[in-house]
Amino acid sequence: MEAPELLACRDVSLGYEGQSVLTHLDLSIQEGDYLCIVGDNGSGKSTLLRGLLGLLPPQSGEIWRSPDIRRGNLGYLPQQTRAQRDFPATVYEVVLSGCLNQKGMHFFYSPAQKSAALMNMGKLGVLELKDQCYRDLSGGQQQRVLLARALCAASKLLILDEPITGLDPAAAQDLYKLLSYLNRKEGMAIVMVTHDLKAALQSARTVLHIGRSSCFCGTVAEYLASPQGRRFQEVE
Amino acid sequence: MDLVQMFSYPFMQRALIAGVLVSLCAALLGVSLVLKRYSMIGDGLSHVSFGALAIAVALGMTPLYFSIPVVVLAAFFLLRMASHPHWNSDAAIAVMSASSLAIGIIVISRTTGMTTDVDNYMFGSVLAMTREDVALSVVLCAAVLVLFILFYHKLFAVTFDESFSRATGLKVERYNTLLAILTALTIVLGMRMMGAMLISSLVIFPALTAMRLFKSFRGVVVCSAVTSVACFCAGLTASFVLSTPVGASVVAANLGLFLLSCLAAALRKR
Repeated sequence: MEAPELLACRDVSLGYEGQSVLTHLDLSIQEGDYLCIVGDNGSGKSTLLRGLLGLLPPQSGEIWRSPDIRRGNLGYLPQQTRAQRDFPATVYEVVLSGCLNQKGMHFFYSPAQKSAALMNMGKLGVLELKDQCYRDLSGGQQQRVLLARALCAASKLLILDEPITGLDPAAAQDLYKLLSYLNRKEGMAIVMVTHDLKAALQSARTVLHIGRSSCFCGTVAEYLASPQGRRFQEVE
Repeated sequence: MDLVQMFSYPFMQRALIAGVLVSLCAALLGVSLVLKRYSMIGDGLSHVSFGALAIAVALGMTPLYFSIPVVVLAAFFLLRMASHPHWNSDAAIAVMSASSLAIGIIVISRTTGMTTDVDNYMFGSVLAMTREDVALSVVLCAAVLVLFILFYHKLFAVTFDESFSRATGLKVERYNTLLAILTALTIVLGMRMMGAMLISSLVIFPALTAMRLFKSFRGVVVCSAVTSVACFCAGLTASFVLSTPVGASVVAANLGLFLLSCLAAALRKR
């Protein structure tokens, strides 16, 4: 039984200014998937993410999006920028801004959107921080706030870019638990770029390894048996 | 007593109306500009508007009708450069500022000569606002305010996180352009009174002061607006009483309040 497809890459090449970073990639993301994208620095993980998000048009091939996703119904957890770290905004303001994609031509937030924001803050345990300033929070708390914002925007797909960068091990573990919960209990499909292979393999269902010459895409068990995966085990 | 006398002069009334409106707009837009690290764009635009003003006077046109389109165009251009990965945007802004200043000065020296007019363009004058200028300022400032309030939430989202907004389907370019146009309008309107050299401080100072004091974005925006209007009124009064130039007095008032806010923030931290 196949779950409905959310995103698919068909023979996609991505890159900048005529230079291809990724070539001939096939990938399918379905509802409820949990995909980790791993690979060396500079192998094109972030480029692929930009392509999936629609920020970078493919040089060749096709990136197909379901109608929902095309309308912006997806959550994105970007890497934090330096400007954000001293941004004066309350947690509530930040989370609420995730609702903007479903507003259409309305200028102000509806009561339903406000309660959705509050609910998502509750789900991620940041409700008591509601009126605190975003810049005063710890790294782990900031990441939860951004995740709550992503949930406001998404109903089926979350895309995360190096979510544990700058988090201490305990906070990183918390974040993984949270993601597993969202994936299992709420059926949220998760696509995550990460350096942290070990933890990623514990929670993910499928792995995309981007190497300089070859790509591997398959389940975690298949990955561990593959040449790329074996190399990883040797390192351990 | 002095105050009653002060506002019995029609030119002071005009300065007050136009100045309050322009400072309000500048402060609202300033919060976004400062947070997006676009402060230099405001500065660059003020220099461009100096060049445009000089050319307009040489051509015998109404200054505002000529400088508004020129500065809006420059705003587009600067914004493109700021987001272009291969351009060194702060160098580009510096080059553009100096060039427009140079062009303006050449045009002035070949036509009217370096008179007190130049001084007025550079550092502003209370007498600069004609009745028509005030009418245009009121209309444009009202437009800036309405657009800012309507798009407040979207401007917040775009300021806080461009890539998230873009990924979730917000038309980021559109809001950046809106911001640039509104900034250009505000700068052109304020520059005659505040002076080309000083107008950018009207955009930057109130936002910085407010960011020291408030934790929420809304708080910062409101505080910035209040600060800006209060400093303008204080500056205008001081300039009347002490016969100092109005632009410089307003900036001095802003500086004073900024230093106080730094002190307050430091005390609160201890």
